[in-house]
Amino acid sequence: MTVVEVIFLLLSVIAVGSALLVVTTGNMVHAALWLVVTLASIAGCFLVLAAEFVAWVQVLIYVGAVVVLLLFALMLTKAPTGYQPGLNVRRVLPAALVALLVAGLLGTTVVAGFAGVEIDLDNAVVGSAEMTGATIFKMWVLPFEVLSVLLLAALVGAITLSRGRPDAPDDSRSR
Amino acid sequence: MPLWWPLLLASLLFAIGVYGVLVRRNAVLVLMGVELMLNAVNINLVAFDAHFRDVLHGGQTFALFIIVIAAAEVGLALAIVLMVFRTNGHIEVDQLRSLADRDEADRDDVEVAR
Repeated sequence: MTVVEVIFLLLSVIAVGSALLVVTTGNMVHAALWLVVTLASIAGCFLVLAAEFVAWVQVLIYVGAVVVLLLFALMLTKAPTGYQPGLNVRRVLPAALVALLVAGLLGTTVVAGFAGVEIDLDNAVVGSAEMTGATIFKMWVLPFEVLSVLLLAALVGAITLSRGRPDAPDDSRSR
Repeated sequence: MPLWWPLLLASLLFAIGVYGVLVRRNAVLVLMGVELMLNAVNINLVAFDAHFRDVLHGGQTFALFIIVIAAAEVGLALAIVLMVFRTNGHIEVDQLRSLADRDEADRDDVEVAR
């Protein structure tokens, strides 16, 4: 077992463990902070899998922006910061059963389907910023432009939604 | 590295995300489950990119695109969550039943039972 494989296994264990804490912890702010650990270790997995630029984008956007947005949402909805007993639905068992089925089905499928296939990481093309930029602007220009329009639409939609309806009777409360 | 290691990691993270979406009552915590699922898909894409060594680098590019879509999704979703909070005073997804499909007769019973 090489060093790279050991690092990947460690990062995987950290990612799965902190993801379990994200969905089971009774403290909402802790859930957001465990999500940071999960996303950062997934970024480490990306680095191991020779996707350098994706890893840094993951750190910037997910750890930097998305988690901060989630924390903002928790604060703006007046979420209590301490331990809270009623965060989960009462019927946890069916949900756990469905999740176990998903894990078992997907897991056995990929393990059975790709057993013996090796990733040759020594000769993998590292997705550096230069390589990724050249690929996006040579091969994927149209999806890139469509995505920028999508981002603009999401921006406009978010602003419109959070401004509230001007004709609503309780508008003065939201300003 | 065997290819099934990252794929198994992605499957486990996806299942954990499914569990989070199903079991959480707070809408923001449901969103965290969705983020876990999106990240699981990204691991798959990056792993196959490293395996196939495609000239187009489709896997890594699609992973980037999914990150962008996730950012747009979370921005919109949080605007909706804030709107729901302003309207209802809470964001417990199992109590937001005004769009639920149910008979007119037991509509009041449900509200009383809560």
